[in-house]
Amino acid sequence: MSSALHCFPICDIMPFMKRENDFLKGIRDGIPIGLGYFAVAFSLGFMAKKCGLSPFQGFIGSFFTRASAGEYGVYTMVVQDAGYFAVVAMSLVTNLRYLLMSTALSQKFNPEVPLFTRILTGCCVTDEIFGISIAYPGYLNPAYTFGAFTISTPLWALGTMSGIIAGSVLPDSIVSALSVALYGMFIAIIIPPSKKDKAVGIAVAVSFLLSYVVRRPEISGMLNLNSGAITIILTILISAAAACIKPHDSEAEK
Amino acid sequence: MTHSIWIYILVMILSTNLIRVIPLILIRGQISNRFIKSFLYYVPYVTLAVMTFPAIMEATNSPVAGGIALVLGIIAAWMGLSLFPVSVLCCMTVLILEFFLV
Repeated sequence: MSSALHCFPICDIMPFMKRENDFLKGIRDGIPIGLGYFAVAFSLGFMAKKCGLSPFQGFIGSFFTRASAGEYGVYTMVVQDAGYFAVVAMSLVTNLRYLLMSTALSQKFNPEVPLFTRILTGCCVTDEIFGISIAYPGYLNPAYTFGAFTISTPLWALGTMSGIIAGSVLPDSIVSALSVALYGMFIAIIIPPSKKDKAVGIAVAVSFLLSYVVRRPEISGMLNLNSGAITIILTILISAAAACIKPHDSEAEK
Repeated sequence: MTHSIWIYILVMILSTNLIRVIPLILIRGQISNRFIKSFLYYVPYVTLAVMTFPAIMEATNSPVAGGIALVLGIIAAWMGLSLFPVSVLCCMTVLILEFFLV
């Protein structure tokens, strides 16, 4: 199955023959994402209930936003009765990484893909959907992203709604186990390229190390940075350093 | 409350999706600058790595179980397993280990 992810450059030549197939492939890869989403969204829903959201509000908010840290941040502001501008600021800071991800994604499109399709694909971006979309071999077929979106988004929204209705969490052991589903996906995305390209492997190892060091309470407290900000800063620094030390000729991967 | 929850939700939806879409509206062609291309090549892997560790150890009830799930996941992905099996392996690892550890 991993070979299917990495060696089909011809799919760019015949997008229409592959489209339906890729949509189904997106659904398949979106299942583990959706399961992880459900568990995370369930606890988000528990939180949203405390902040005064109805199940329907939770469903709509989650369906159209799809940002765990971003939603969490905003819902806590509802309780504080914060101003709307502060909500915009909170959304920008907690979701700034999507700006980087969409920028990277802009380079994955066949130049012929129309703007409207690009915008729709952009709206699908979450950490996980971006991750599997960028791992798509060659130019991205948006159908693949849409497939993953179609299965995972309702689960995210339903998870939030169920959490609000239940008002309590799933059995603790299940939540704990499901919460690593997302990280399992991340691992499966970053390891194969690390094996293929030593520069990526080193960048990943350095990322693990620096992330661990900077997130130590003593250090993150001293720097006064939240988790989202640490992710953005480390991503920019490490990627820039890697690009300086080992520039990548992208022709080789196409 | 003086503010409406629905307007909060609407503001959240608009601003979050705008962030996702702006780069795709502004950048339509292939970037030719070698540094920026290389930078964008590394971004996805670095950002996912930064988000995975040490977060995977904080997400679980037992940090040890999360850590072992990470190691087993890396080995499985290295050996060629794809997204879904690696993900299931990590979940099962935590479920089984926490049965003994917690």
